[in-house]
Amino acid sequence: MSALFEYIIRLGDDSLILGHRMSEWCGHGPILEEDIAMTNIALDLVGQATSLLNYAGDVEGNGRDGDKLAFLRYDREYKNTLLVEQPNGDFGTTIMRQFLFDAYRKPLFEKLQNSADKQLSAIAEKSLKETKYHLKHSAEWVIRLGDGTEESHQRIQESLNTLWRYSSELFYTDEVDAELLSQGIITDIAEVRAEWEVTVKNVFEEATLHIPTNNWKQEGGRKGMHSENMGFILAELQYMQRAYPNMEW
Amino acid sequence: MKDINISELERKFQEKIDKDIKIEPKDWMPDDYRQTLIRQISQHAHSEIVGMLPEGNWITRAPNLRRKAVLLAKVQDEAGHGLYLYSSVETLGANREETIDDLHSGKAKYSSIFNYPTVSWADMGAIGWLVDGAAIMNQVPLCRCSYGPYARAMVRVCKEESFHQRQGFEIMAQLAKGTPVQKEMAQDALNRFWWPSLMMFGPNDAESKHTAQSVKWKIKRHTNDELRQMFVDATVPQAELIGLTIPDKDLKFNEETGHYESGAINWDEFWEVVKGNGPCNKDRVDTRRKAKEDGMWVVEAANAYAEKRNRRKSA
Repeated sequence: MSALFEYIIRLGDDSLILGHRMSEWCGHGPILEEDIAMTNIALDLVGQATSLLNYAGDVEGNGRDGDKLAFLRYDREYKNTLLVEQPNGDFGTTIMRQFLFDAYRKPLFEKLQNSADKQLSAIAEKSLKETKYHLKHSAEWVIRLGDGTEESHQRIQESLNTLWRYSSELFYTDEVDAELLSQGIITDIAEVRAEWEVTVKNVFEEATLHIPTNNWKQEGGRKGMHSENMGFILAELQYMQRAYPNMEW
Repeated sequence: MKDINISELERKFQEKIDKDIKIEPKDWMPDDYRQTLIRQISQHAHSEIVGMLPEGNWITRAPNLRRKAVLLAKVQDEAGHGLYLYSSVETLGANREETIDDLHSGKAKYSSIFNYPTVSWADMGAIGWLVDGAAIMNQVPLCRCSYGPYARAMVRVCKEESFHQRQGFEIMAQLAKGTPVQKEMAQDALNRFWWPSLMMFGPNDAESKHTAQSVKWKIKRHTNDELRQMFVDATVPQAELIGLTIPDKDLKFNEETGHYESGAINWDEFWEVVKGNGPCNKDRVDTRRKAKEDGMWVVEAANAYAEKRNRRKSA
């Protein structure tokens, strides 16, 4: 399996699974305007997943397209981070998960725009436009909730405490990254991390939130080892393709 | 003296209506006209919002990425329609949150079609094709409704609804030409959604208590039965085109009138569902109420934050 395929799958699965989670909100948002905003974010993420997984299929060259990759892999073959598969919880938890992710995705796509791989660079350029809006939206809500009422402050601090352990995996690297780095396809993740740390620090400061001092880390998704949530996500995501195999929809 | 003024105002109002001049929010209007519109537009808004649920139900299970994206976009459009319509209700002096609370308390109604469950993927096709198709029949004439803000909202809504109808028909057509199990799924969805779709136009004209006045005020341009007939005439050939059977053994084409004649509608079922006894009435309203209740802390936080920010600015 090529490093490029593996890398695109990681990016694509983050979009796919977070898009799935976000889409669970559709019809249940706290206010109508947010229902629309969250559905829009879900739609962007599903669109990114489509571009990325189709491209991964091309790179692989075995005749798998985006749909086959999205709907017909086994759980261990999905390479999304544990963060994006975490349950929605309350609105604040969803927003915190999104913020930690957006703050990483924005600098990541900025760097990937300069990738030596033309297709990846084009997808990054398009996705960056969307991601900037996502980050603006999630950061503003983190601030509103953090510096809103006593209840909202407590709730979102609790969400941060719960999700913080999954944030380090966003910067996971292994031989896949090393190979692509040497080919000029990606840049050093340390640069992305440095920007993420600044964004997170500034937003939390304005939101009057405290970064947990517990640095307990949870990782595994990038290698296909997921949380218990993943099986349930796939049961829904893959339902039609598994129940009615080999049909056109 | 006051009575004379009112009747003079009413005469001028009706004159405008008769000349097809739009009534705008600040214009004088009879209280009944205002109340009729508040009731109708808020029910329409509620229908859009409750209508997100039966389809939203299938987003996480959509069979491929394209269908998932289209369904997400479609349900998002419905939320957008709800938003224009609530805004339109507000131009009549009603409060959006109060009308929503009326929905949650069971006082306000919404389209009964959304009280039927979506149990298969084909229901996404049937809803787009039939339910949005019926909605278009109802809503196209509303683009010429006498109340300006409602008419203008409807222009945009109708454009989007026609996409929805096409995507629904496309889902059905794809299933109908698919495997036997897919075709059966499509036929089953048509069987379940056909009659409730006909009921979407409301009771027969003789039973409809709102029609006559609404026609005079040009809120309504056609009667329930006229609209139902237009829908049947448009839809039957579409079903034939994709090889599905309309579940009405009495359905026949009348060569003389050029119209299809339908069998009898089960109005007992209609009134039961309107009264709240449909398969999903309770679930739908409970779900909407829960969304609002679960979101209260978010709204309070946003308000508190906005206030703090204003205070800091003025300090």
